[in-house]
Parts: sequence; C-alpha cells; structure tokens
Amino acid sequence: MRRHPSFVAGGVLVALWLTAVLVSLAWTPYPPAEIDIPNKLLLPSAAHWLGTDSLGRDIASLLLAGARTSLLVGVAAVGLGALSGTALGLLAAARRGWLDELLMRCADFSFAFPALLTALMLAALYGPGVSTAVAAIGLFNLAVFARISRSAAGAVWSRDFVLAARACGRNRLQITRDHVLPNIAAVLIVQATIQFAVAILAEAALSYLGLGVRPPQPSWGRMLNEAQEFMFQAPQLALYPGIAIALSVLGLNLLGDGLRDLLDPRLARER
Amino acid sequence: MDAALLEVTGLRVWLPSARGEVEAVRGVDLRIARGETVGLIGESGCGKSMTALALMGLLPDAARVGGSIRFDGHELAGLDDAAMCRLRGQRIAMVFQEPMTALDPLQPLWKLVSEPLRVHRGLDARSARAEALRLLDRVRLPQAAQRLDAHAHQLSGGQRQRVMIAAALACGPQLLIADEPTTALDASLQREVLELLGTLVADAGMALLLISHDLALMARSVARVLVMYAGSVVEEGPAADVLARPAHPYTRGLIAARPRLGAPRGVRLATIPGRVPELADLPAGCPFSDRCGWVIDACHAGLPAPVEIGPGHAARCIRADQLPESARPELVEGLQPQRAGGAAAHPPGLRQAQPDPSAGSGRTGSVNGFGHL
Amino acid sequence: MRLDTTATPEALEALNRQLGLDQPPPVRYARWLAGLARGDLGHSVAYDTPVAELIAERLQVTLPLALVAMAFTTLAALALGVYAAARHRRLGDAGVMALSQLGMAVPNFWFAILLILVFAVKLQWFPAGGFAGWDDGAVPALRSLLLPAVALAAVQAAILARVTRSAVLEVMREDFVRTARAHGLTQRAVLWRHVLRNALVPVLTVMGLQFANLITGAIVVEKVFALPGLGLLVFQAIANRDLLVVQDVVMLFAAAVIAINFAVDLLLAALDPRLKAAHR
Repeated sequence: MRRHPSFVAGGVLVALWLTAVLVSLAWTPYPPAEIDIPNKLLLPSAAHWLGTDSLGRDIASLLLAGARTSLLVGVAAVGLGALSGTALGLLAAARRGWLDELLMRCADFSFAFPALLTALMLAALYGPGVSTAVAAIGLFNLAVFARISRSAAGAVWSRDFVLAARACGRNRLQITRDHVLPNIAAVLIVQATIQFAVAILAEAALSYLGLGVRPPQPSWGRMLNEAQEFMFQAPQLALYPGIAIALSVLGLNLLGDGLRDLLDPRLARER
Repeated sequence: MDAALLEVTGLRVWLPSARGEVEAVRGVDLRIARGETVGLIGESGCGKSMTALALMGLLPDAARVGGSIRFDGHELAGLDDAAMCRLRGQRIAMVFQEPMTALDPLQPLWKLVSEPLRVHRGLDARSARAEALRLLDRVRLPQAAQRLDAHAHQLSGGQRQRVMIAAALACGPQLLIADEPTTALDASLQREVLELLGTLVADAGMALLLISHDLALMARSVARVLVMYAGSVVEEGPAADVLARPAHPYTRGLIAARPRLGAPRGVRLATIPGRVPELADLPAGCPFSDRCGWVIDACHAGLPAPVEIGPGHAARCIRADQLPESARPELVEGLQPQRAGGAAAHPPGLRQAQPDPSAGSGRTGSVNGFGHL
Repeated sequence: MRLDTTATPEALEALNRQLGLDQPPPVRYARWLAGLARGDLGHSVAYDTPVAELIAERLQVTLPLALVAMAFTTLAALALGVYAAARHRRLGDAGVMALSQLGMAVPNFWFAILLILVFAVKLQWFPAGGFAGWDDGAVPALRSLLLPAVALAAVQAAILARVTRSAVLEVMREDFVRTARAHGLTQRAVLWRHVLRNALVPVLTVMGLQFANLITGAIVVEKVFALPGLGLLVFQAIANRDLLVVQDVVMLFAAAVIAINFAVDLLLAALDPRLKAAHR
C-alpha cells in the first residue's frame, strides 16, 4: 500500500463501483423506477437507506442503477473511441505521408470541440438520447486516442528493433501487430482509464442538461437536475448522486495514475 | 599571514541511496592557501564533486555533512543558508561542468553575467550592463558589446563557459572552484578555456580548486594535486612529484594507464583490474585493497594513515616506501609539469603568468600560474 | 412570418421558401458560410431577431463570467502550484495534490449546486440564480457572477495547479538553478528571478488548451445558475430546433478557441527567446 497508494486506493474505489453495478443487475432494495408518491422526499431511514426523491423513488436503488448507466456509456463511448482512434493512429504512424498529416490535422481541429459541444450539436440535429451521448463522447475519445496512439507508435517506429524487423521483410501490418501494439499498450491502458473518468463526468453533465439517457433509465446526472428543483425542500437530495460521481471518477483517476506508475516507470512523473 | 584560506578537516558527506545512507566523502582533509592552485583528481563517483558542493553548501537537502570547513577563519559547516548565500558568488565561486544547460535560457547575457554583482553589490541595471561588458571582455568573448542582449542559446558551448566564468569572477572571489570546467568542451577549446582560467586566477591572486579526471589537464594547470578514490584522498603532493613519481598503487595505475604516442606495436594498454566498487560495498580497511596488486593482510585493518614520500608528498598506503620506484619519465611524456617562476617561453600574445607577490606567504615554493601551451 | 397548427400546406410551403429551408442541406450550409464571410449571422427563427444581436446580448453575461473565472483559476492554480512545489515531499505538497484530485473528480455542476446550497440558500450571501443585469451598476451583476465563476474555476484550477507544480519542480532541477545559487541567490530569489518565468512556458500552454473546457463548463454552469448567457442560448436553441443559432454560436466558440491559442503562442514567443528564434 505504501509503495503504490494510488493504485490501491483507486482500485478499491473502482472495485466498489463495479460491485455496485454487478449487484444492481441482480438486486436493488426497491425497483429503481418504482414511483411511490405518498413516500416522497423522505430522509434516510431503515426502510429507505438514503431516503426517497420527489417521486418517492428509493435513492439507494437509483444510485445503484445509475452506476450501470455510467458504466454502459463509459464502456461504449471509450471503447468505440479507443478502438477506432487507435486504429487510425496506428495507421497514420505506419503509413506516414498525407494520410498522417490529414488525420492529425483533423484530430487537432476536433480538440477545439469538447465532448459537450459536439453533444449539443448532435442533439440539435438528431435529438437528445443515449446514442447522442455515446456518439459525442466517443468522437472526442476518437480524437484523443488517435493522437496518443499516433505519437506513441511513432516513437516505436523509429526504434532500432523495428528497423531490424523491416529489414527482415516484415510488412507494416505485422510490425504493427507484433511490435508497436505491445509497446504502446501501457500508454493506451492508462489513457483509457483516465478517459473513462472523463466519460463519466461528461455523461453526468449531459444527463444533467437533459441530453443524456432518457427516463426512466436512471442517471446520476439527471438525479442532480431533479435535486436542484427541490433544493429548498430537500437539500440532501443533491448530496448522494454527486458523491457517487465524484467517488467513481476519483477512483478511476487514481487507478490510472497508479497504473501509469506500475506499468511504465519511465512514464511516471515526479510525484 | 600563515593561516590557510581554506582548511577542510575530516569532511564527510552521507547521501541517501536505494541501499540506505552511503558515505560518499570519507574524512577528506584539504588545505588551500591564498592564491594557491590545487587539483582534485579522480574517477567519476569518487566524491570529488560532492566535496566541492559541500564547500559551497550546495549539496542536496537530503545529504548530511560532517567535519569542519574553515574558510578565511570562519567555520562553514552548519552555517545557515542566508550566511552561505552571502559567501557564494562573492568570496567563494564555482564553475560547473555542463555549460550548455548552466545558463537561464530566458535571460539576456548582461543579466546572467552581472547577477552576483546585482545580488551582492546592489548594482542597478545601467551599472550592471557596463560591468557585464567589462567582464565579458575579460573572458575574451568575441563581440561582447553586441552580445549583451543576446541569449544563451545563441552561444556555443565554449562561449557559454566563458560567460559562466565571467559571472563567477564578477565579485572577485578569493576562491574559485572549477568542477570539470572543460570536460564537456572540444579538445581545442579545452586548452583555451583552461588557459583563460589560469590567467584570470593568477591576475587576481585567487585560489583555485580544479576538479577533473584528466591527468594532463592537471599537470598543466595546478601546483598541488590530491588524488581521490572512493571518497578518500589516497595521495597528495606537488603536481610534478605526484605525476612523475606516483606512490599510491591507484595513482600508479592511473598514470600507467595513459596511452602513449609512439609506443611499439602490440603493447597492451595497462589497466587497473576490477571496477570501482559501489560506495555501499567498499572493502574493509584500504578502499583500494580489492584491486591492488601489492595488497597484504595488514591492508584490511583500517584506512591507512598518510605515509610521507617526499616534501609535501604523502600517500595513504602502508607499503608506499616498499614499493618499487616508479619514476619512469617516459610514462609521463606529454605531462608537462610545472617549473617555478613561469620562466618558460610563451607564445606571443599570451599573458605571462606571474606569481603574485601580494598573495600572501601561503605558497611555499610551489609554483603558480600555467605553463605554455 | 410565423404559422400555427391551422396553417395551410401552401402557407407552409411559402414559409419554407422564405426561410430557405426548401434547399438541400449542402446548399444551405454553403449559404450560411457565405453569410458568415459577409459578417451576416442570419436571423433567428425562434426569437425573431438577428442572431448577431442575440449573441451580443448574451455576451454581456458570458464574457465577464469567463474572465472572472479565468482570473480565479490563474491566481489559485499558480499560488497552490508554487506552494506545493516549494513544500515538495512534505505535508503541504501532499495536501495540495489531494485537494487537486478531489477538484478533478467533482463535477462542476454539482459543485455549483453545493455552492448554491451553502452560500445562497443557507447563508444567503449571494443570489441562487439569475443575472442582475448591468443597468444597476457593476456590483449586483458581479454578485450574481461570483458563485458561477468559482464553480467554473474550481476544476480548472485543480488541473492547472498540478501542471504548475510539476513545471516548477522540473525547472528547479535544471542546472541554471544551481548556477544561480552559486551566485549567492537565496531559494526565494531563485524562485522569483529564474524559476517562475521558465515554468510559465508549459503553464501558459496548458491554460490555452484549457480554454475549450472553460467554454464547456460555462454552458453547464449557466444552466445551473439560470444565467442568460451564450451557453443557455445554445441550449434553448436546441430545444427550439433553431439550428442557425446553434451553428453560429458553435462557430463563435471555435473561433474564440483558435484566437486564444494564437494569443498564447504570441505570449510564449514574447516570453521565450528560443521560440522567437524558431519562428524566424
């Protein structure tokens, strides 16, 4: 623990979050979508561990179910973005030339458009929804991973052992698969963990704005929106979803830092 | 004035390492008189740079220092940083090894050179610029006047080193420590910069502590030499004597290892067997005992006391007087040791290095100044 | 011309033609670009006002908000970053790092809500939302911008503090710091005369990159505090399917990002003579 505090602390938090997701698949204290108006806005009690919201829904169950949503969106968006972005980046690094230039200019250009802005534009064109959220966050991740994989792969391509492989007649695909990928894997894993954290924050913001998953699918961000409406009557509503978001993001950030220190000591910054 | 300018007794430096605290400097005694030129020679890692940093009080925070450092009668060890700051750059100055990274890239040259003056004498910008020009001229930086507002990246390595020297000498310190000042420079530049250093030091009557691993450099540059190995001084004496008649087995090995021009074909380079041990793994007793060709059991008993070989010449070897005479002049070809008085011929244009009569009586017949190149 | 649900098909067609909506998308896009080149931002369908006017009006809120937030971020981040670097490997450094981890994990809109709960609802020092307008003077307007600016600044400051800290630590390891110490400068003097200026180079670069995040943050924060700024405008335009407004504002944002990054480049060149040389 002393040697790798980030990794352990982050790992614990992420494990908690994943457990919440797994548990929620099998069981929640109450059905998350179950509306129970007579019991609305209750404070925490034995019956409702974290109380109820404005429609009488059990907060604890909503939180558990919300974990599912953030995981889903995160995996989908980061997964899609990472896969396609890495593919593009590897291609650019392997082929160089005009393709490389074009791809990198596009990536640079898209950095001027954070995920939220893209989401807003997509929502304007196609209407809000979970696919909009995933597409917007995914596009942003595409740019990030294209950039990162391109520069990491570029460094590997200039190494001597790759030169040796080319001299042996290995083609670009084989070199990419056998040499480049294993060497950049560490960077990609670390970045993916961090992008996951970013994705959770982005999804929460989009849901808060009403551009994310639609009801009745629960989302921590939308819970905060509802909590703000009832700020004066039930201020405690605003606490739990925010804490949930903060803890999962914190866990992922710490895990990412810990992984970076573990996987590649050369990457580790002065802490 | 018999008091030495610098009197170091039993200097010890402990550094943290992956294997716990190691002793990088193990009881070094060092004495420099006013205006004297002394060399500290040894391989990388022998503790010579640490010794220099200890004198300046610039060791890393995690280091521990023991022993006594008396400068001009005042004890430096344990002095607080504010007091050391008043000495640094003003009474004791240091020039470092790597000129390419030693200058702030964002500051114009005149600021860099005049920094000690602005810090210690409170000079304003205009006077500082004028002084900077004077200093840069003194180190013979070409086109100094046009370069006052230039930046470090516009200069070559040799030029940057001159700027560093100029800055170090700005306040006229009594002692200049030069830690491998020419190691990072081309061979042709090395002689120039060293000669410059020698002239400036001699003109100002400054004492010089020159640190290097280069034997030839030492021979041309200093009057007295200390040889360090694994944190201890193993031999000390006038440069000419130590280099022509080395006593300690390590020093012998160093000198014998120099390649000779004109040696017959097939002659193998002499080397010292083994490797310098890690500081945490030093053998008991004499630190050189595990590599020495003349080792006996008594060598492991403890750090040998200095054994006198000649006037002012001593070596920490219990067998120093038993070992074969090593005066083999052909081995030291190319090392032109000093002769007193600087009477050797100089190429025209070079300043003649004169011993400074007002520099005090600390010099006991040993030589000053630099030889012809 | 506006129509309601009783409109006839012919009237609908006429409106479509008037608004240019009967043209295929690429043509409409090209016409929009042409309009931009002329400085004509078009006309908002929903608000029935020229978009340029709308933007100018909303800028009165968003611009001060961004500036104040930027000021908070810079001050907090530089102070904390330098402090952490000076207290490296001691409690102060660990404290700042922990704080910054928290700052990065907390969603800015949640932080905004918490600020409202504490400072507006409980303590009642600041309004819980809305914009007081500039007509009554600067103070009421700034009061309504303070909490939003703090919420915006918090996350950015957390990131920037880390960057500052690591930049300062890196610079302190440079050889020229040792040279300066050898000249007799105290640690504090070295910090001010040599370290900060050199550390500013990576810090400024990151600040420029963070601008895009500032804009995004502003959109969300304006929604939380119901501030009638550009962010909220985009929002409402989406709800109203007012595509033109969305396009124009997004374009404005992109242009601002480019402009800011260009300004940062200029600043860096002024700061670092090596960059000036590279450009020659």
